[in-house]
Amino acid sequence: MRSITLAMLLAAAGLAHAGEDAIELKDAPGRKLVEANCVACHSLDYIPMNSPILDRKGWERTVAKMVKVMGAPVSEDDARAIVEYLQANYGK
Amino acid sequence: MTFDRKAFDRRRFLWSAAAGSGAALASRIVTAAAGVGPAGMPAGTLESSTYDTLPGKLPLIKRAWRPPNFETPTRYFSEAFTPNDAFFVRYHLANIPEVDATTWRLAVGGDAAGKSVEFTLEQLQREFDVVELAAVCMCSGNRRGLSDPHVPGVEWGNGAMGNAKWKGVRLKDVLARVGVAAGALEVVFEGADGPVMPQTPDFAKSIPVWKALDENTLIAWEMNDEPLPHWNGFPARVVVPGWTATYWMKHVTSIRVLGQPFQSFWMNPAYRIPKGRFPVVDRFLSQESETSTPITEIVANSLITNLREGMLYKADSPLFVRGIAWDGGYGIARVEVSHDGGKLWALAELGPDLGRYSWRQWTFPLIPTAGEHVVMAKATNRIGATQTFDLVFNPAGYHNNVVQRTSIVCR
Repeated sequence: MRSITLAMLLAAAGLAHAGEDAIELKDAPGRKLVEANCVACHSLDYIPMNSPILDRKGWERTVAKMVKVMGAPVSEDDARAIVEYLQANYGK
Repeated sequence: MTFDRKAFDRRRFLWSAAAGSGAALASRIVTAAAGVGPAGMPAGTLESSTYDTLPGKLPLIKRAWRPPNFETPTRYFSEAFTPNDAFFVRYHLANIPEVDATTWRLAVGGDAAGKSVEFTLEQLQREFDVVELAAVCMCSGNRRGLSDPHVPGVEWGNGAMGNAKWKGVRLKDVLARVGVAAGALEVVFEGADGPVMPQTPDFAKSIPVWKALDENTLIAWEMNDEPLPHWNGFPARVVVPGWTATYWMKHVTSIRVLGQPFQSFWMNPAYRIPKGRFPVVDRFLSQESETSTPITEIVANSLITNLREGMLYKADSPLFVRGIAWDGGYGIARVEVSHDGGKLWALAELGPDLGRYSWRQWTFPLIPTAGEHVVMAKATNRIGATQTFDLVFNPAGYHNNVVQRTSIVCR
């Protein structure tokens, strides 16, 4: 139910752009988790745009900033798995 | 928090179809081949960028959809003033309402103001002197994508900037209406746009009170003789000539005078440069730390606007190299051009002076011999500040004014 609530919020606020639909992240383990956790606040093209420039530490810092500074409600386990995916597919 | 992307997409589609939102109007009029941007940008940026269209805008270089970050293609910089529908778009946070100018209010006050006053747009336009000036609006991170090594952020090429005529009222006149206390230190701006999640720090910026009281700092509602486009801050934005666009608050709704330094993520650690590394004059002392300081004025810079890297031109016939040069408001004194990779330099001819905060167009006539020519341009301002040949690396990729090289072939 939480997911539907968030989706409704995004739509009601007019936050999403149709052009985003063309963005396809690399298909690998963890992709769904990344999409589910990141897309509420920003389109997914922020990920390929910032590649391949970050190493594991760089992605850890970025994900930590999203959680600690931007307030993304991501569990520690999910954050680890997200870093894994980003490092493996969009890392330096 | 997690959710199902498919459900999200379905919901969004249904809502868009039913309500006909502004967002749903975003279309892909032009989708170019991958590789949008100068050489030296991150490979992923070049691959994921497209020519795409926000409602009311021409196709621009899409770096990121939401929050929207769209860059102006270089060809528009051949004009003195950048067309509003080609002007770059930069947002930090994705909750961007369409503001109704008739219900919009600007609240002016703060703990170091004598009182609080709320203004309608009509009041601003009627009750104060209306002024206009030309000024470059440039994102602090313009050319971040050219940093070596690369740094994270919106990976801009050369187009996170534009030049426009801004019409509005002086901020100092509006502040005089509420009264600025002797101990006032900073003036804080907030806009109507905000975060998606309430726990995300809302975008807010402060400037020193001396800069707020500068006669050139404006609250503007017009840009190039037209109302501000939605994506550039309708119905009113702050214009801080000479300083990077992070302070030019779009959709401004609140202006507060403070007697102490404004604390926000967006002031520190964001938008900082290492102290003492750049030739800037304007300092923001109340926000300085031992090692870093807020970015302030734009450094001297230039861009060749009509030559394309690797393109073929005619040898032994006139070729006019054209470009623009700009700085933090001292004014451009000269532009030097080289076409042999920097060995010999000669003065370009400067175009009309449109004001010290405007960029200056320039032309360099050349009759190239057959072969490869590496064309470079270097601007110097009226206080003798110029561009660097080597990058002054900093973690946010700011103040990149490295002299650029464009290789062309003449036959």
